[in-house]
Amino acid sequence: MEPAVAITALAKDHAGERALRGISLDIPNPCLFGLIGADGAGKSTLMNILATLADADSGQVRLLGHDLLKEFPAIRADIGYMPQRFSLYQDLSVLENLDFFADIFGITGEAKNERMEHLLAFAGLTPFKGRRAGLLSGGMKQKLALACTLVHQPRLLLLDEPTVGVDPVARRDFWDMLKSLRAQGISLIVSTPYMDEAALCDSLALLHKGSVLAKGTPAEMLASYPYRLYRVEAAADAKVSTLNYPGDKAPPPGFALIYPSGGALHAAELPGETSGTGDPLQRLRAAVPEAVCATVVPPSLEDCFFALLSRQVDGPEDAAMMAKPNAKSRGKKAAEKSEAGRSADGKKGKA
Amino acid sequence: MEYSIRTEQLTKRFGAFTAVDHIDVAVEKGEIFGFLGANGAGKTTAIRMLCGLLNPTSGQGSVAGFDILKETARIRTRIGYMSQKFSLYPDLSVEENLRLYGGLYGLSRKDLDLRIREMGDFLGLRDLLKRVTGSLPWGWQQRLSLACANLHSPEILFLDEPTGSVDPVSRRNFWDLIHRLSAQGTTIFITSHYMDEVEYCHRLSIMIDGRIAAMGSPRDLKREHGCASIHEMFLKLMEHKPLSEPKSLLKPNPSFESKPAAGGTPS
Repeated sequence: MEPAVAITALAKDHAGERALRGISLDIPNPCLFGLIGADGAGKSTLMNILATLADADSGQVRLLGHDLLKEFPAIRADIGYMPQRFSLYQDLSVLENLDFFADIFGITGEAKNERMEHLLAFAGLTPFKGRRAGLLSGGMKQKLALACTLVHQPRLLLLDEPTVGVDPVARRDFWDMLKSLRAQGISLIVSTPYMDEAALCDSLALLHKGSVLAKGTPAEMLASYPYRLYRVEAAADAKVSTLNYPGDKAPPPGFALIYPSGGALHAAELPGETSGTGDPLQRLRAAVPEAVCATVVPPSLEDCFFALLSRQVDGPEDAAMMAKPNAKSRGKKAAEKSEAGRSADGKKGKA
Repeated sequence: MEYSIRTEQLTKRFGAFTAVDHIDVAVEKGEIFGFLGANGAGKTTAIRMLCGLLNPTSGQGSVAGFDILKETARIRTRIGYMSQKFSLYPDLSVEENLRLYGGLYGLSRKDLDLRIREMGDFLGLRDLLKRVTGSLPWGWQQRLSLACANLHSPEILFLDEPTGSVDPVSRRNFWDLIHRLSAQGTTIFITSHYMDEVEYCHRLSIMIDGRIAAMGSPRDLKREHGCASIHEMFLKLMEHKPLSEPKSLLKPNPSFESKPAAGGTPS
């Protein structure tokens, strides 16, 4: 079966910097596909190109069997795009917003009414259809925005960080909706800064500085975690139960990484015998006096994220910047990052 | 015990709707206090009362030792406020934003130079001072927002969803800064919808429909509710509550939203 999206050597410069450096990626159909990566890794740039809002400099994209460059009008009828910022009309009611989007896509008459009823029910918004969009809670706004992108029955949805600012319960509901769309055979590409959401995807790509640093199913990503991971905890009766490890302090000997996670510390032990002497707990205790126990735990996707990104650093200076970003070449690095761009609104100035 | 923030039966009603319903909170100096709740639970209304931007209907409270009813002007000079909405000027450089906020707080040129140097080093912004703010990655803009709220060395920082849309690495760096500020004695009052990071708080409260439904250290709360994580506990607490109308329906009158937040970066 043809993939939903086939990307080959896609590159894009943005104000003289590389935002995408020759990305190749196949996204099966149907699939709930997650795009993850640090700020400025290129996620939004890629989304904008797939949504036919920006042109790539080189490379090819086939999207639902169409050539992205040559057949974008056909593609637009097949995709639904939900941008990062809330883009509905705050002064229109829930129903009026849906009606507006239906008109734009030329859906009329009884078909329109049926479609709107269906989407209101799907988003759980039927009781609120007369309410002004601006007065909905954060979670409901996002559900309405999703409903509006579904009006014309797209086969592929592009969702750019759809759950930012949404509380945990509404976030769970929103992802239930995404999973149900996936079950109906719709493909979805979702970017997210939240690794617990990434874990809900069928497949993932981690972007870094405009390249695909890793891809695979969440299970594959977890299986390729290179370290032995310890969860380091304080005594049950310690006054302060939350351990912290300063970001600018080097990890204990034999450990590649150590960082706070859920009130405890996660410490990633280097494989092999590079680790110096003594058992791991002793080395951890020497660095974290409050630590009383260290248990080996399976990594989460967040642990994978840290491991993958920390191995990308080019040298000690870069490594220091990851932990405490005020090294000399910061300006250059930040410039690179910003080119990938968080937003497509084009207001970014150059220094 | 020295309390930075203390409220007794603090309440705010908008017409027939009670946004904040008799809450009692006591936050120690230097504590990182996570103030959690669903969208529309009343968190922002409570924070606005504590910052002196909104008058309570009843109850009382003190912030930095001053009465939130009578001494709001003195409170505002002692707190920093960073809102969920981004409040920097994207067309100004990093340094210009810092100078603008320093000026608004009434810092002298000499103090401002010193604080910009200190904040620049502390937050790692030193090499970015000349950059146009809007061209920085989001995580860095958030850091600058924190610097602006912290320029006048406030005793208490109110951070309203500061890490929305921030990637895991930037989020971790942000929390590292929060811990360093706390270690220096700054009290941190923070809201977030990301239940993993709120486990880094010393103590938490969870607000449901204007009331505080649970409060304690992450460890004690998990133990009490028999949950492995705060995320699990949050979902469990919310399940006992019927799906209600969104609270933002009865949003407080808009006039105060445009009121300048003298105590911090305007929202």
